[in-house]
Amino acid sequence: MFFSFELLLEALMFGVLLGCFYTAVSIGLSVSFGLLDVPHVAHPAIMVLGSYATYIVASQGLDPILSGVLLMPVFFVLGVLVYRFYYESFERRGTEAGVRGLAFFFGLAFIIEIGLILVFGVDQRTVEAAYIGESLELGEYRIPYRMLVAFGVALVLTFSLTLYLSKTFTGRAIKAVAQDEPALRLMGANPVRIKQWAFGIATGVSALAGALLIIVGPVEPAIDRLYIGRTFCIVVLAGLGSMTGTLAAGLILGIAESMVLMFFGASWAPAVAFGLLLLVLGVRPQGLFGR
Amino acid sequence: MSSLLQVKKVSKHFGGFTALSEVSLDIAQGERFGLIGPNGSGKTTLINCISGTLRNETGSIVFEGREVSRLPAYQRTRLGIARSFQVPRPFASMSVLDNLLVPYEYVEHLKEADAGKQAMDILQRIGLAAKAHAQSNQLSQVELRKLELARAMAARPRLLISDEAMAGLSGAEVDEVLKILFDLNASGITVIMIEHIMQAVMRFSQRVVCLDAGKIICEGTPAEIVKNADVQRAYLGA
Amino acid sequence: MRFWICAAVLAAASFGLALSPVNEYFFYAAYVVLTFVVLATAWNILGGYAGYVNFGTPAFFGIGAYAATLLFKSLGAPLAVQIAAGALMGGLLGFGVGMLTLRLRGIFFAIATVAVVFIMETLMINWRYVGGATGLQLLRPEVIAPFENYIRMLFVVMAWMGIAGVAIARYVQDSWIGRGLRALRDSEEAAEACGVPTLKLKLFACTVMGGLMGAAGAPMPMYLSFIEPASTFNLNYTIGALGGAIIGGMSHWLGPIIGALLLGSLQQIVTVTISGEVNVLIVGVLLVLFVVLAPEGILGLLKKIMPRSR
Repeated sequence: MFFSFELLLEALMFGVLLGCFYTAVSIGLSVSFGLLDVPHVAHPAIMVLGSYATYIVASQGLDPILSGVLLMPVFFVLGVLVYRFYYESFERRGTEAGVRGLAFFFGLAFIIEIGLILVFGVDQRTVEAAYIGESLELGEYRIPYRMLVAFGVALVLTFSLTLYLSKTFTGRAIKAVAQDEPALRLMGANPVRIKQWAFGIATGVSALAGALLIIVGPVEPAIDRLYIGRTFCIVVLAGLGSMTGTLAAGLILGIAESMVLMFFGASWAPAVAFGLLLLVLGVRPQGLFGR
Repeated sequence: MSSLLQVKKVSKHFGGFTALSEVSLDIAQGERFGLIGPNGSGKTTLINCISGTLRNETGSIVFEGREVSRLPAYQRTRLGIARSFQVPRPFASMSVLDNLLVPYEYVEHLKEADAGKQAMDILQRIGLAAKAHAQSNQLSQVELRKLELARAMAARPRLLISDEAMAGLSGAEVDEVLKILFDLNASGITVIMIEHIMQAVMRFSQRVVCLDAGKIICEGTPAEIVKNADVQRAYLGA
Repeated sequence: MRFWICAAVLAAASFGLALSPVNEYFFYAAYVVLTFVVLATAWNILGGYAGYVNFGTPAFFGIGAYAATLLFKSLGAPLAVQIAAGALMGGLLGFGVGMLTLRLRGIFFAIATVAVVFIMETLMINWRYVGGATGLQLLRPEVIAPFENYIRMLFVVMAWMGIAGVAIARYVQDSWIGRGLRALRDSEEAAEACGVPTLKLKLFACTVMGGLMGAAGAPMPMYLSFIEPASTFNLNYTIGALGGAIIGGMSHWLGPIIGALLLGSLQQIVTVTISGEVNVLIVGVLLVLFVVLAPEGILGLLKKIMPRSR
């Protein structure tokens, strides 16, 4: 372990970029699990599905980000359907839903992952774009353009979603349904339709997150297992339901992982998210800005 | 009469919302105590803090001379505090009789054979004996409320808290449940009753406290409470 | 009493089978299926009885395998000691994870169990003494008479472990502990209000589950003559244990046995004829189907078809 200020700064910069990317990847879960309390362990799997969908669309010649954006409405519909199915099968029936809901999403994640393996094989897939492969040179440091793109999109996503949830009527209804469903019913709004809509948005966002994922690095079907740790770590650390918390938590994880990668090596980096998750659960389970 | 339960300046917050604000009560051994207040005034939160389902942030709760605020709920039940739940929470996978066996096993540490007989006694008294072997998730709302009370009784408490046990009951059923509570009290059990059915609370209670927005706004005999302007305002609006 | 007679008969039968001239392949396959019987049975003690979902079966299974490897490599410990060590480490891990997260909602416990799998895998990847990422080759000791070879002996070991595991699950289920677990599964708040020490019971179930899974993992390195992190800490073990219990039926100790036998046999057939991936896909689909349509599992379906039994 060789310590120098330049290395530290480089790890820090990379960590910030990585952290914003992780935020983009987790923000859908912040809505589906953080606000709606859905035990959505299939979130990373759906995101990886988004990556492969982006791969297919982008192979027609389209820019990957554009592909991701085009896929958002498709994934929105998918999200609505998944939530509806979940609600009708479990949430409506109450009590015993806990085990079954978790098992359902776990089974779904496995089905998606294996489905992807059967269709695409286990090899890694990548996409091509002008900004992938090139780096920005700032003095001594080289920042990969693709990380900057991911950073930018992530910030746009986070701020748009935060604004949506606090400024629009539907957005505030979504936050309200998380806190006080009976009151919402009294106001004449239908909580199920609101949750459905929110879950759809979360899934649509995951499509774009999937596009970012395949831009930032190669993707293979089992990569969702690693991202369960990262996304849940961030959502729990943030505090359930806090969008800005998600950004803060994402940055913390990104920097932590980057530091470990730089000073301890790649074989330790995957455990950072999981370790941080356990730490948060043990010490402060309500997270930074918890409800 | 000696003090059984002392609630001293108990507060409870949920995020930015204050559910209880420095609530203090002193309940004597053997008393019949009524707790009223509009919806959302904090009655159930107070009960949850007393029974241990929730932890109060400030203040203390003393039961039979012993500080219990830091004890988990199951230990408070074993010390003698039992409560029914406002929204019934039956053990849905078990029969009605088995529901009662849980407190018998865990509070009384009775063997199943002895417990079974005593449980049937309680079911007889409360009118659920015919349904003893029915799945508890097959019961009607009214029967579920009775089961809640029966389960609290099975814990052989010294303090029984009944949280809206009579909601939805007919006049005759209300009388039935009142009689059971009177009998329990006569055998030495202190009872706290939370109810919206005013005539039940007034008939039953020796003392009544009215909560509104997390604070006690009035305390006295049923007659005094009914005449109190603050209480009327709380229920009917300003 | 009937149970113990059946248990004794099965124990004797497995022993006899191991000495008979049955095809070697049977013992290889049966060992794996029996492992899943133990894993599903163990999983159900916490998952079915208490309602807390463990996604981290590989962590408990794996810590048993690596504990056994460590003792074998450093001290040449016999199999019995390895299994004891596996059970101990699995139990400790169960207790530890439980202490950390069983106070919280079920989903936090579930995610924490996933975290433990990856952390354990990372730790083993970076520990060269037990093989690191590339793994470790192990030389099996001489097999003890009267067994013809080591695999036959492992088959009997796993069969007896299965019987022991089921006996433990049955004891927990029928005892006052079982009633307390069912109560806290149905309504944790009501259980506490009835005097049930919910955290203690959950910790107990989690520890027993971990110990059984660790014991099941201990003979694995001897079975394979090899151990390495990636395949040991594979999440496929999760779906086997969880799937076996849910598909079989979570409310009774018979459920996981039925589920594991079914999934285990399915795995043997499908993996050989089609592919390993298709097998996992089928299990995943079955899991979702059962969870949505038949939550009581195969046992529940049988109860509906045969109203007068049980």
